[in-house]
Amino acid sequence: MNRKLENGLWRHALSLMTATALSVALVLPGATMAAPATADVSKTGLAVTDTTVTVGILHSLTGTMAISETGSVEAEKLAIDQINEMGGILGRKIEVITEDGASDWPTFAEKARKLLVQDKVATVFGCWTSASRKAALPVFEKENGLLYYPTFYEGLEQSHNVIYTGQEATQQILDGLNWVAKEKGAKTFYLIGSDYIWPRTSMKIARKHIENVLGGKVVGEEYAPLGHTQFGSIINKIRLKKPDVIYAAVVGGSNVAWFKQLKAAGITGDKQTLLTISVTEDEVLGIGGENLVGFYSIMKYFMPVENENNKKFIAAFKAKYGDDSVIGDVTQAAYLGPWLWKAAVEKAGSFDVDKVVAASPGIELTTAPEGYVKVHENHHLWSKARIGQWQADGQVKIVYESDLIEPNPFPEGYQ
Amino acid sequence: MGGYTLTELGSIFVMQGFAGLSLFSVLLLMALGLAIIFGQMGVINMAHGEFMTIGAYTTVMFSVLTAKFAPGFIDYYFPFAMLVSFLIAFGIGYFVEFAMIRHLYKRPLDTLLATWGLSLIMQQIFRSAFGAREVSATLPEWLLGSFQPTESIDIPLNGIFVMGLTVFVTLGVFYFLFKSRWGLRVRATTQNRIMAGAVGINTRLVDRVSFALGCGIAGIAGAAFTTITSTGPTTGTLYIVDTFLVVVFGGAASLFGTIASAFSIAQAQSIMEFFMTGSMAKVLTLLTIIGILMLRPEGLFSIKVRK
Repeated sequence: MNRKLENGLWRHALSLMTATALSVALVLPGATMAAPATADVSKTGLAVTDTTVTVGILHSLTGTMAISETGSVEAEKLAIDQINEMGGILGRKIEVITEDGASDWPTFAEKARKLLVQDKVATVFGCWTSASRKAALPVFEKENGLLYYPTFYEGLEQSHNVIYTGQEATQQILDGLNWVAKEKGAKTFYLIGSDYIWPRTSMKIARKHIENVLGGKVVGEEYAPLGHTQFGSIINKIRLKKPDVIYAAVVGGSNVAWFKQLKAAGITGDKQTLLTISVTEDEVLGIGGENLVGFYSIMKYFMPVENENNKKFIAAFKAKYGDDSVIGDVTQAAYLGPWLWKAAVEKAGSFDVDKVVAASPGIELTTAPEGYVKVHENHHLWSKARIGQWQADGQVKIVYESDLIEPNPFPEGYQ
Repeated sequence: MGGYTLTELGSIFVMQGFAGLSLFSVLLLMALGLAIIFGQMGVINMAHGEFMTIGAYTTVMFSVLTAKFAPGFIDYYFPFAMLVSFLIAFGIGYFVEFAMIRHLYKRPLDTLLATWGLSLIMQQIFRSAFGAREVSATLPEWLLGSFQPTESIDIPLNGIFVMGLTVFVTLGVFYFLFKSRWGLRVRATTQNRIMAGAVGINTRLVDRVSFALGCGIAGIAGAAFTTITSTGPTTGTLYIVDTFLVVVFGGAASLFGTIASAFSIAQAQSIMEFFMTGSMAKVLTLLTIIGILMLRPEGLFSIKVRK
């Protein structure tokens, strides 16, 4: 910090940032002090000029997934604004081209190609569902683009061209199951999810862990079609099996119907332990806190995480998007993307994808709202898992926090 | 039986029966409005789901405003919200018929495209006006929780409410169509438009009111569904397939058919769901429906008309 204070320009910038309450204290390497020549930082024809660098944001702004992806777009834009206010990256301001994936997987691939081939963006922040990532992945690999992907997902993937800023399945699932087994003495589990790749893969891992490691029993495994709103029959099945724990990964509108009907059927947090991997603050807006009281979620981030970074992040987010905004797990993970990219570009001294990718493993972010994260060689993040218990007002109380967990997208014995 | 006591099995049986009935009332409530528009008028209204969404958003708005300005009133706002949902959906339906549908009566396939376009426009309007995130209404206390006739039976209160509402609306529609002068005019117009016009029935007004009424009922259905699930800009698309399924399976021109079809689909779905996974149950239900429709293309019930 001393070196920075000696520099009048930085002092000015610093006071400006504090005044606007938008500052995120960053460890700034000396490389940013003077802008290096464009020919040095971009040798592969990316959209880099002497003063700007262009990046892409690729999320669903319309269609059914817009509900979830809006928060990620907001977080990515906030991070980019903050980076620009600090002087940008390698002396260049970030310019954003936003494309709409329209909740349609082929559109994601098409727009990814447009961003990489036509716009020559230096990196893309985007994709949300596994389906959209799987659709766009071949494009990123063929055109050698770079993607920062924010969502917690099922794992079993690792690409040269993707940095995964959310949790992969083992980081979320194993700790949660260990916790209910230890704290609640749970022996029997009922698994329920929406019927697509992420819940099915997650449940597969959960079942292996329950049966092989915890010595428990899975008494039911159930998948409801996406958009399902009538859970009466499933709830009756659960009632018949009397599991110690309901383990849930229901998504979207179904999620709301599921929790409302659980409550209406008299299955509530004081009588039944329920742990879900698909409810963040974003979902609670729709579900309503009163339907979730006493149930548990496992994520890596909840709004009440206590540290200075998070306070600043929430204040900045609310200042930009309104006091009512909530920040879910994925929104926070999306916010990490631009910062991780900045750190990697500065370490590499170049925007070129291969150099940025090579520089990425080992990048640490001490300013992450979730605390501290570090990029693993497998392109996933070391991060913590947290379990929160829902309160009637839709807030969460954090009841458990793990140590940093090493990401392991290809867990042995779980496939 | 598997270590369960007789009481437990009995309770599950009762609750499972209720789950079927509850799904039946949801399907019927969705389909009633469409049965009038598609069944009586032959208009394929792809925007039907969006009229439900109008009702749902109206209820959510009502709940937000009540919580803000008259918190003491929160236990009572729901019936008013439903009434206003009906009126708003009715009004918009009336306007849509005037501005769009009436120009397309002679081109049924174009109505399909036009109303589909309308549904996309409406979804985007919802998204711009209310945001992309799903929202929920704050429900009054009397709609939450369950009714417990015995120790081990829990009957969801919102299910009972939707069921009661469905009975009420169905009776209302029957009365309107088969007992009132208006209903007489509607049926006359359906059966023979030219002749109905010749005896002095204002067939254009009949069309407009029928369409608006169908939309209004969709509004009520949307309001009622806020007790079950959340509301987002694309909520309507969740319902539209099931709705058409019920109406087509039942036989387009017959209200009894709609009821019978809603009942059989609901029972089949919920019973199969109990014994197999949800996705398999849905697949089997759809296969059965396709099979029956191949044998009886006109649906379960059909009215004999001179062709």
